[in-house]
Amino acid sequence: MAEFKKSFIAALWFVILTFPFVAMKVDSFEKVVTWRWDNVLYMGVGCFFFSWLWRYLLQRKEFSKTEDKNKKSLFQQTLKDRLFSDPKVFRPVLIAAFCVAVIFPFLFSPYQTTIMTTALIYVVLGLGLNIVVGLAGLLDLGYVAFYAVGAYSYALFNYYYGWGFWSILPAGAILAAMFGVVLGVPVLRLRGDYLAIVTLGFGEIIRLILENWDEVTFGPQGIPNIPKPNFFGLEMDFQTTTLYMYFVVFVMTIFTIVVVRRLNNSRIGRAWIALREDEIACQAMGIDTTKTKLIAFGLGATWAGMMGVFFAAKNSFVNPHSFTFIQSAMILCIVVLGGMGSIVGAILAALILVLLPEYLRAFSEYRMLIFGGIMIIMMVFRPEGLISNVRRKYELHGGEKN
Amino acid sequence: MDYFLELLLGGLTRGSIYALIALGYTMVYGVLGLINFAHGEVYMIGAFVGLIVSGLLTVLGWPVLAIVAIATVCAMVYAAAYGFTIEKVAYQPLRHAPRLSPLISAIGMSIFLQNYVLLAQSSDFQAFPQLVPDFEFLEPYTHIILSSELVIILAGVVTLIVLFLLIKFTKIGKAMRAISQDRQMAMLLGVNVDNVISATFIIGSALAGLGGILVASHVGQINFYIGFIAGLKAFTAAVLGGIGSIPGAALGGLILGWTESFATGYVSSDYEDVFAFGLLVFILIFRPAGILGKVSSEKV
Amino acid sequence: MQTILDVKQLTMDFGGLRAIDHVDLDIKQGEIVALIGPNGAGKTTFFNCITGIYKPTGGDVLIAPPEKKQKRINGKKPNQITVAGLARTFQNIRLFANMTVLENVMIGQHCRTRTGIAGAVFQGKKVRAEERRVIDYSHTLLKKVGLDQYVHHLAKNLPYANQRRLEIARALATDPFLLLLDEPAAGMNPQETAELDQFITRIRDEENVSILLIEHDMRLVMSISDRIFVVDYGKKIAQGTPAEIQNNKNVIKAYLGEDIDDA
Repeated sequence: MAEFKKSFIAALWFVILTFPFVAMKVDSFEKVVTWRWDNVLYMGVGCFFFSWLWRYLLQRKEFSKTEDKNKKSLFQQTLKDRLFSDPKVFRPVLIAAFCVAVIFPFLFSPYQTTIMTTALIYVVLGLGLNIVVGLAGLLDLGYVAFYAVGAYSYALFNYYYGWGFWSILPAGAILAAMFGVVLGVPVLRLRGDYLAIVTLGFGEIIRLILENWDEVTFGPQGIPNIPKPNFFGLEMDFQTTTLYMYFVVFVMTIFTIVVVRRLNNSRIGRAWIALREDEIACQAMGIDTTKTKLIAFGLGATWAGMMGVFFAAKNSFVNPHSFTFIQSAMILCIVVLGGMGSIVGAILAALILVLLPEYLRAFSEYRMLIFGGIMIIMMVFRPEGLISNVRRKYELHGGEKN
Repeated sequence: MDYFLELLLGGLTRGSIYALIALGYTMVYGVLGLINFAHGEVYMIGAFVGLIVSGLLTVLGWPVLAIVAIATVCAMVYAAAYGFTIEKVAYQPLRHAPRLSPLISAIGMSIFLQNYVLLAQSSDFQAFPQLVPDFEFLEPYTHIILSSELVIILAGVVTLIVLFLLIKFTKIGKAMRAISQDRQMAMLLGVNVDNVISATFIIGSALAGLGGILVASHVGQINFYIGFIAGLKAFTAAVLGGIGSIPGAALGGLILGWTESFATGYVSSDYEDVFAFGLLVFILIFRPAGILGKVSSEKV
Repeated sequence: MQTILDVKQLTMDFGGLRAIDHVDLDIKQGEIVALIGPNGAGKTTFFNCITGIYKPTGGDVLIAPPEKKQKRINGKKPNQITVAGLARTFQNIRLFANMTVLENVMIGQHCRTRTGIAGAVFQGKKVRAEERRVIDYSHTLLKKVGLDQYVHHLAKNLPYANQRRLEIARALATDPFLLLLDEPAAGMNPQETAELDQFITRIRDEENVSILLIEHDMRLVMSISDRIFVVDYGKKIAQGTPAEIQNNKNVIKAYLGEDIDDA
């Protein structure tokens, strides 16, 4: 009963809070007020149950915290841990996923394939930002700026100098990495929260420049007629092109996964995580933190630049509107939902966040609202994300000899 | 000369607004050490509540003065309630989490509130009624300063003075200062930290709400997105002056307001926002503690 | 014996406050030296100045690694100082909580290895061999400190006393010639502290390092130190062997809290 009362009070509070927004709509020209009482009812009922759920989850979180300490869970492995660390379980899953991805475009329509292509772009972007935020712990809110650099480098180099996709792909990636390093040098000395704001500002500056520098970037109208990549000069119809684009991004995704995975378990990856965990201890261990941060920032930007080039080719069109803060927020949401530093998590989260709004149209209107909500809820209840980053267990055979 | 005066006063107006919002950032940063990314959204909420309440009262045919008074009070109260709730939902459960967590939660809150208003109200710009009447004594000077600008400047100055006295002389103000010095110690000495943090959010948010309704009636239109840019700029102002410092917020607001006003007036208006962000990046790189702030380093 | 650390007239000011006031200190090869003093005497600040976390206002910090020339290290960054051969632990344990015990130690080897981005991506023969070496070396170190049963556990899940040991192992992994321990016995029970005695001496002998430690546990300090330096209010008030320190009037005064006439 006490729970009931608490939920009721919470619901009442939120109804009062949201009342002017959901119940009324004012047109100050026509001088009419539209009343929408039904919304108030939905709000009240929704908040009632949500607050119940919220408190239940909070309690469970508290409970599991004490549980962990009592139960010496040092040696225990959950089923989920085994799924991602035990190669016997993990490998078949991986192979199955690979096969599904390869035959996907042959089973579904070009429309579905295009959506999947977009999803894979976000997988790569998520993995790229995961290096910066998830591994190195640097909150970058302007990630989309590097994406824009990649996209516009294709659009502009192609428009002015006629460069092709394959020559710009590495060039765009390198250019983005250079932007990352140039921005990083002065900015990475800053504390975490300032870094977030500066990168946010930087992202906006890049977009505003693209929007206002009409002579070069054609401003808000953008640049049309960007060619698709060619495949040994073959002419392709619409369907084959879709297929081809899908496989290009698919290969890029595999490439990214392999590289990020190797980095994650390398000397550099360990330094990133150490940096995220404790910057002062990290430096005291002899690690040049500035250099380590720069590498993370530059590498993260590289993937964004690469995908930017691909994005421009896929859409045949770029304009500044594709590179707003909302994009950065969405990519960040992928990292947060998936789990800091977790590769499988980032892939899953990217697929969920791109595909769900596509297939559940009703849901798509509430997309951004839900993104925001996810970030809060994940941080409060499950900061490690859907799939926490399981640290690798290195083999120890050599050590036995000593 | 008139043009110069116009820019000067325009900058002062902007600066007052930035200062009003920046105070919220600075106060929260002072007690929690957290950048409240959702603060700009509270400002936007204030503007919307002002719009809705004044619209409703206009339709009901209330007298103008009552509408202005009630709408302003409602905007401030609602903004304060939102600020209070934001802290309870998104920050309080994360008091002991790693530094990155409340930041991400704050960004999530900001996105959530923007889209909540977008869905509940409209994505288009909404016309905002002019709440401040045209003062007769300003008639000959309208090419330099509008009455709504005068009201904003006055509101800014009064708020600053009141807030300064509040922090300096009241019990709650002392508690805030105590917490910003050493939270653990304040707690041991019997300061109810949760209450003080809530009070900080309430005061800061009410000021943002006031800023919201003032700007909205000055500019004449609002949408769900106004809080984002305003929030960023106010944050710039807070950092510029030295985050955590109340006079710093005022000074930072003024400098930013004038920079923007003169830069757009004499250079180019296309890049208005670029000037602000550029200034922010510049300050953070060369003097991250701001003009009046103190350099602090982590204890090892 | 060669002097490996020579601190001359070290001074550190915070605003108007002088936290360290012209302190001299030296350590010879193979010594265990303790730095003691009442709370707030400036011991940790002294550590922070030597290890580069603070930049000293005045004075000199000179190091002479075995078989190398003496050089000045004040004003260098913490990571450069660690590379030069000084490694430290922290008073409030600063492990990498969400990394495994093994990885924590492997981080220590970071500055002694070279693998870059390209190496990590292509995983060539050299890189794999280096990785192998790091793993084996770290594992050996963990065995020495008695943590090999925990290698794959997250550092945050270790019991407190073992976290302290892990910090020492991690510091040793940077191949230092001088190890700086900031209150290694803090928070340990008497039995754990007793074990720490032998542990520290053993490390000195086996790993061929010299040790400078800050400690409040007098029994520990008196039993393992070759020499002791005492600071109070940022000034050095005494130095000598444990026996000398125990009978030093100034030290007794400082610890019993009487007014110090000459301060």
